[in-house]
Amino acid sequence: MIRRILSTALTEMHIARRNRWVLIAILLMVVFSLVLSAAGSAPTGALGADRLSVVVASLTSLSVYLVPLVALLMSFDAVAGEIERGTLPLLLTYPIARWEVLAGKLLAHTTIMIVAILAGYGVAAAITFSSDPDAVAGLGALWRLTWTSVLLGATFLGVGYALSSMARRVSGAAGLAIGLWLGLVVLYDLGLLAAVVADEGGTFTTDIFPVALLANPADAFRLFNLSAAQAMAASSGVGGAANAIPQWQSLLSVLLWPPVALGLAALSFRRVEP
Amino acid sequence: MKVTLMTSTLTISHLTKTFDGVAALSDVSLRVAPGERVALLGHNGAGKSTLMKIILGLITPDSGDVSVCGAVPGRAAARAQVAYLPENATFHPALTGVEQVSHFMRLRNLNPSGAMAVLDRVGLAIAAKRRIGTYSKGMRQRVGLAQALIGHPRLLVLDEPTSGLDPVSRRDFYELLDALAADGAAILLSSHALTEVEARTDRLLILSGGQMVAEGTLPQLRREAALPVAMHVTALNGYEPDILAALPGAIRVDGGLQLTCTQDSKLETLARISALQSKVADFDVVPPSLEDIYSHFSRRDGQ
Repeated sequence: MIRRILSTALTEMHIARRNRWVLIAILLMVVFSLVLSAAGSAPTGALGADRLSVVVASLTSLSVYLVPLVALLMSFDAVAGEIERGTLPLLLTYPIARWEVLAGKLLAHTTIMIVAILAGYGVAAAITFSSDPDAVAGLGALWRLTWTSVLLGATFLGVGYALSSMARRVSGAAGLAIGLWLGLVVLYDLGLLAAVVADEGGTFTTDIFPVALLANPADAFRLFNLSAAQAMAASSGVGGAANAIPQWQSLLSVLLWPPVALGLAALSFRRVEP
Repeated sequence: MKVTLMTSTLTISHLTKTFDGVAALSDVSLRVAPGERVALLGHNGAGKSTLMKIILGLITPDSGDVSVCGAVPGRAAARAQVAYLPENATFHPALTGVEQVSHFMRLRNLNPSGAMAVLDRVGLAIAAKRRIGTYSKGMRQRVGLAQALIGHPRLLVLDEPTSGLDPVSRRDFYELLDALAADGAAILLSSHALTEVEARTDRLLILSGGQMVAEGTLPQLRREAALPVAMHVTALNGYEPDILAALPGAIRVDGGLQLTCTQDSKLETLARISALQSKVADFDVVPPSLEDIYSHFSRRDGQ
């Protein structure tokens, strides 16, 4: 079992390396982190927080967009591509279970995500340390951001595999992936904010809004990191809601989403008839 | 019954599969013994690929029993012993031949260091470290063949294995098959190249409209079809009308006269022709070709 998963992961690594996904993922994370940390290393003045915590707050806002995007880009082809190339029937005649195929792909893609995340955050941290020796105080926040980013990536990898199995065509899977990213990461917050404004402090704001935030893996990730960070002042918008929701709830959402998404992926892959 | 079950590598009985109300296979039964090379013939849409996918466990039948090496198709025990070569084998273009074969070897729990040797068996050693995306169709087909040779499969299911191969590669391919069969592997292959199949397999199965319309060796099928034998007679200059008069039923065709008779009256017809010896320049017997036999069976039902 382990051998088959590792072999699949190794094969997927070869493919990702040749298709330049490794390079693209790392470059995206590093370039955006560089830009943010350059902006964040300006004097923070009255904030009173160490610079690393400030940088982590901006990295959180960045990762909410970038990590799901990179994960979906790597995963939308996973099943639909095999179907469209015609490689799936042959693979499934081999003594490998379908969940092992997905586990192998997940292992490879998660490894790439981890490398990209470490490279991006590492660069940001290095720049911050070079200008502020007191930044050590923010290391806890950075570590929290790192592992939650990996879990966020795994969630969207799983969602990407599920979409890929459902679409069965690469073009369809790509469309679904972009649509989902726009929906969950961009439009979801806008919609919620609009509803909160229209509601004027009614039951929606007090009861439905927190649940809606926790139900979205991207929002739960942001809530968890911002409520834990000391640099609350650096956040704004939906992040402001972080005060109202207990941290254990957002942590639970962050931890639960990866298995849920991967379970969905395994279920929809099982329904694919080659 | 029990004895035959144990000696067959592949046993299918009363298999039926329907897609959206249309019968793809109806009541198909067949058996392939170890070391036997069986050809599956049929026009496009006859159900060959559906039958193969059921044997491989990729799709489930509506009713009927299938046993592959004593296991249910698609179960780990069956998959471990079955090799498949899909029609137009494709692989991820970014992988090299040796990476792809190594992966397949590890999936079969084998040491991937043998990947080069496997590729060498199909003549791909030189291209092994190039990406499959740069391969020609024939080379991809040979990668497909290479992966089917991994390990010691007890059953090989080959869908149009020689399409895209040049004549030399085809000959090499059938030599590989002979070696595998001699080793005890059961082979089920589908093909459109009838003359190849005739010379290189032990038994033919003809599917038509989802039904097994004929099964047997070529001589058996030839007898069963009882197709007429054609005799081609070339008359000496000017004697054509005489021969036409002597042989009722003969017709003028391009460059001579043609006479057809049943298998049973071959000798009798021959005697009548040899009686006209002084008027005949040349004479040929044209037995029904495999194509004729094949169309006879595949048109009888179905279509």
